[in-house]
Amino acid sequence: MLLRVVDLHKRYGREEVLKGVSFFLEKGETKVIIGPSGTGKSTLLRCINRLTEPDRGRIWLEDVEITSPKVNINRIRAQIGFVFQDFNLFTHLTALDNVRLGLMRVKGMGKKEATARALQELARVGLADKAKAYPAELSGGQQQRVSIARALAMDPKLILFDEPTSALDPELIGEVLAVMEDLAKSGMTMLVVTHEMGFARSVADEIIFMEKGVILEQGPPEQIFYSPKHPRTAEFLRRITDLYGGNR
Amino acid sequence: MNLVFSWSWLPKLAEGLLLTLELTAISMSVGAFFGIVLAITRIYARGPLLPLYLLASGYVHFFRGTPLLVQLMTIYFALPTVGLRFSPFSAGVLALTLNTAAYQAEYFRGAIQSVRAGQMQAALALGLSRLQALRYVILPQALRLVIPPWSNELIYMVKGSAVVYLIGATELMGQAKNIAARTFRNFEVYIVVALFYLALILVLTLILRWVERKTRVPGLGLPGRA
Ligand SMILES: Nc1ncnc2c1ncn2[C@@H]1O[C@H](COP(=O)(O)OP(=O)(O)OP(=O)(O)O)[C@@H](O)[C@H]1O
Ligand SMILES: [Mg+2]
Repeated sequence: MLLRVVDLHKRYGREEVLKGVSFFLEKGETKVIIGPSGTGKSTLLRCINRLTEPDRGRIWLEDVEITSPKVNINRIRAQIGFVFQDFNLFTHLTALDNVRLGLMRVKGMGKKEATARALQELARVGLADKAKAYPAELSGGQQQRVSIARALAMDPKLILFDEPTSALDPELIGEVLAVMEDLAKSGMTMLVVTHEMGFARSVADEIIFMEKGVILEQGPPEQIFYSPKHPRTAEFLRRITDLYGGNR
Repeated sequence: MNLVFSWSWLPKLAEGLLLTLELTAISMSVGAFFGIVLAITRIYARGPLLPLYLLASGYVHFFRGTPLLVQLMTIYFALPTVGLRFSPFSAGVLALTLNTAAYQAEYFRGAIQSVRAGQMQAALALGLSRLQALRYVILPQALRLVIPPWSNELIYMVKGSAVVYLIGATELMGQAKNIAARTFRNFEVYIVVALFYLALILVLTLILRWVERKTRVPGLGLPGRA
C-alpha cells in the first residue's frame, strides 16, 4: 500500500471538518474524491502532507508514518506532489525556475542537471517553449501545467490534486485534464479532488464520495455512477450533472 | 539683495556630504538587515517563540513612538553617565540605525504580508523548509515590493541625518553651520546646502527607480507602465 489514511479527524473551532476518514491508495492507482462544497475535501488533502495538522488519526506513506511527530516533514513533502486550485506558481520566477527550485534547493541537484530535468518535465506537459515565461505571462491552463511539471520534477510517490481545473476558463480545462490523464496512464499514483465527472468516470480506478467530513461511499466508477449504494451519492451526482452538464 | 558665494566653501561641504552619505548608507543598510529580522520575527515568532515576538514588537513601537532627536540625545548625553561613551559620528550612526530599523521593520512586514499565502504553501509543499521558503520565495518578492516605501525611508534618512549636527558631527549640516558662523553668509550657505541635499536625493531616487525597473517582474507589484 502506498498511502494509508486511518481515522483522520480535524476540527476548526466548533466545526468538525473531518470525522474519521479512512482509505488507502495502491501504487499506480488514481482515486477521485467528489462531494459537496465545504465537506472537507481540501482539508483532507492538506492533512496528507501536513500543510494542515490533523487532530487525530494516522497516515502512512509506504512504511513511514507521516503523522509521527518524529518524522522530517520536509522530506515527506518532497515525495508528495501537490497541485493547487489556483496554481500558486512562484510569481517572481520563470516557468523553468519554478520547476528547478525544488530540484536545486530540496534535492540538492546541480544547476545543469536541474535545468535538463526541468526542461524535460516542461516538455512533458507541452510547455518546453515557455521555459522563460513568467507566470503572469501564461494562461491559467499553462500555469497549471507548469505547476504539474513542478510537482513531477520531484519524482513524487504520489500527487495530490485539489480541484486543479476549477479556476480555469472552460476552454482551458481540457489541456490540463489531458496531462493528468497521461500521468494516470503512465502509472503515477494520484489522489484527485474534482468536479469533472467525465475525468472521474474515465480515469479513476475508484471514486470516493465524501459528505460532511465522512466518506459515505467508495467504489469503482461504474458502481458510483450507475448503481450508487447511498441515496446521497445519487442525489449529489444528479445535482452535479445539472450544474456541469452530463458529458464532463 | 547682494548674494555672495565662495568656492572656498566647497571642500568642507564636500567633506560634509561624504559624511552624510556614510551616515545614511551605514544606518540604512544595517537598519535594513535588522528591519528584515524584526519583520520576520513579528510575523512568524509564535508559540514557544512568543517572547521574541513581544521583544521585536516592543522595539518597533518604542523607536517609532519616540522622537529621533530624543533618541540621539539619550545616546550621546545620557549613556555616558552609565559609562557608554560615543563619538558624535558613532552616536549618530547608532541613533539613526536603531530608528530606521524600526521603520523599515514595518515596511518589510507590510511587503512580506502582501505576498500571497499560497506562495508559502506551495514552497512548503515542495519540501522546502520554512526558512528556505522565506529565502527563495517570500523575500525575493517582498524585497521588490518594498522598494517604493524603502525609497521614502531613504529620503527621510538623508534629511533626518542632519539632526546629528546638534551633537557636533561634521556632516553636511554641521559643516554648513560652521561656515555660516565663520562667514556670516547664512542665507547663501544654506541655499547651497539645500541644493546639495536636493541633488543627493535626486540621484538616490534615480538609482532606486533604476533598481526597481531592473528587478521588475510581470505580475508582481504595481503594473508597470508600458
Ligand atoms: N483554515 C481554516 N480555518 C477555519 N475553517 C476552515 C479552514 N479551512 C477550512 N475551513 C472550514 O472547513 C470546512 C471544510 O473546508 P474544505 O475547504 O476542506 O472543504 P472542501 O470540501 O474542499 O470544499 P470546496 O469544494 O468548496 O473546496 C469548511 O466549512 C471551511 O469553512
Ligand atoms: Mg476545496
